[in-house]
Amino acid sequence: MAKDILRVEKLERIFRVGSEDVHALRGISFSITEGEFVSIMGTSGSGKSTLLNILGCLDTPSAGDYIIDGVSIKSLSKNELSTLRNRKIGFVFQNYNLLARTTAVENVELPLFYNNEVPAKERRDRAVAALKLVGLESRMEHMPNQLSGGQQQRVAIARALVNDPVILLADEATGNLDTRTSYEIMSLFQDLHSQGKTIAFVTHEPDIATFTTRKIKLRDGQIIEDAPIDTQSAADALAAINLQKED
Amino acid sequence: MNIGNLIKIAINSLFRNKMRTALTMLGIVIGIASVIAMVSIGQASTQSVKSELSSMGSNMIMIMPARQQRGGVDMGMSSSKTLDNKDLESLQNNTRYVAAVSPMVSSNAQLIYGNNNHSSSINGVSAAYLDIRKYEIEEGVMFTEEDVRRYNKVCVIGKTVVSKLFTNGEDPIGKTIRFGSIPMKVIGVLAEKGQNGMGNDQDDIVFAPYTTIQKRFLGITYFNMLYASANSEEESELAATEITYILRSNHGIKSGDSDDFDIRTQEELVSTISSVTGLMTTLLAAIASISLIVGGIGIMNIMYVTVTERTKEIGLRMAIGAHNRDIKLQFLCESVILSLIGGVIGIILGLIIAYVASKLMNMPYVVSEMAIFASFIVCALTGIFFGWYPAKKAANMDPISALRYE
Repeated sequence: MAKDILRVEKLERIFRVGSEDVHALRGISFSITEGEFVSIMGTSGSGKSTLLNILGCLDTPSAGDYIIDGVSIKSLSKNELSTLRNRKIGFVFQNYNLLARTTAVENVELPLFYNNEVPAKERRDRAVAALKLVGLESRMEHMPNQLSGGQQQRVAIARALVNDPVILLADEATGNLDTRTSYEIMSLFQDLHSQGKTIAFVTHEPDIATFTTRKIKLRDGQIIEDAPIDTQSAADALAAINLQKED
Repeated sequence: MNIGNLIKIAINSLFRNKMRTALTMLGIVIGIASVIAMVSIGQASTQSVKSELSSMGSNMIMIMPARQQRGGVDMGMSSSKTLDNKDLESLQNNTRYVAAVSPMVSSNAQLIYGNNNHSSSINGVSAAYLDIRKYEIEEGVMFTEEDVRRYNKVCVIGKTVVSKLFTNGEDPIGKTIRFGSIPMKVIGVLAEKGQNGMGNDQDDIVFAPYTTIQKRFLGITYFNMLYASANSEEESELAATEITYILRSNHGIKSGDSDDFDIRTQEELVSTISSVTGLMTTLLAAIASISLIVGGIGIMNIMYVTVTERTKEIGLRMAIGAHNRDIKLQFLCESVILSLIGGVIGIILGLIIAYVASKLMNMPYVVSEMAIFASFIVCALTGIFFGWYPAKKAANMDPISALRYE
């Protein structure tokens, strides 16, 4: 049986807004095993961003527990959480969050600067390798403003991969892209998945979710659906669009 | 994160915004440059005044009659007639620490030669005066004791006087010039001495035997001043004491009564003027350091804006594993590097300004290692002090809201 990459148990998150308590998460439990490609869906206000922040160790739960790669985050300090993020998690954001006026390869190197175990000379090699993985070896010295949206997102994915994390967390990673480019990115995620990467993908677009292997649907801070799905191939979908164009 | 990575990150982000970096630095550059230049110019002027004074004779002693009061009314400087031949003789003969003495009587006169005339002062002195004041004869000879004894109408003139009177390049030696109605023969020309520390032309001068001036020009028997020189600079205080003793006894001043003369040694003058120029230097440096503070606030302002502008970057760095301390150190590092580079440029610029100023103002070029060292320390402290608050603000950001910041 594949091992659990992360597990949440009766996760609750309560925000205090003025004098009122807002329950963003009301006791969520699930686990993600190695090699899964999970989509987390939900409308805005469903609690999916809160869940993602906790899964990404940016936020801590009010109650319940979260265990990532065998480590419970309950007792960790802020700095320990930072280190955990650096070693175990790769973030991909909706708006890429690349440093401006910084080359692609330098952007990808960035997480390694905060990892003392990686010597300076290894940094560049690993960044180059990650960029090759996302198919951008020819754009390594380009600045973000010289790259298309899809290419920028690929750089961001390379940055998320460079630390060899146990899980990739993508937050609406295709939200800023057109359909065609979205499918290209999803195809890349599917390639990474087939190479054994574990991915959690937050989205509100149902067609994007069909490219994953499992769907978790949230509403009002609770899971209303958690089931494996009939995975579509993003490459096929892309081919279909190209065909339509030719017609 | 290790310090090498930290500095690399800081330098990278400074380089990413070259224009902003340069403008921020400018404040520090100007601040440091003005401090360095001011201190250097101030010290140079102190030094030039000092060397000016010692070129006048560092062991020189001036003896002036004291200011007198009659019926409560101040009669002004040199109003009394207490210094006379008896004083001169006893200072010449009965002293151990005094090397030479010369009286000084002066009169303003119109100098006339041919069609040219020039208004100057004529100083009656003895031959010893040249040694005391470090004048030298370039051409001809100085008048002798014999000339003094016989009230001879001879004179030695400075270069400025030569150029005013002998306009067509004539040799002045042996020519007779008139002082008002009194003809005097030029027997020597002084070597050029230039301006003194107060900007007076030391070559616009005429020396004649003091007896000649006393008898033929002024009709007096006293001296305006006495100039003496001590055997050495170190002995000038002793010489002054000795002179005081002799003059008091000559003038019959009872113990307890105040002197009827004033003695100034060059040493006193040097220390007085040095303390004035020192004060000037401090003042200039103080004014200049205000611009340094302004520069520092400039850094703080920019760093503060930078932190807000780079909120997203900070959020990202935190998300990918930067500790709060890493963020704080990064921004602190940026401001320290900014002010140190600014400081180095400022030091170089300040030294160039001081060099140009020294050439323009004809002063020695003084490099103050102390000022350079101090500015460097001040720069680092400025960077830390004015970078601290913005850096702290950056480090205390919440990564979730920082990432969402638009």
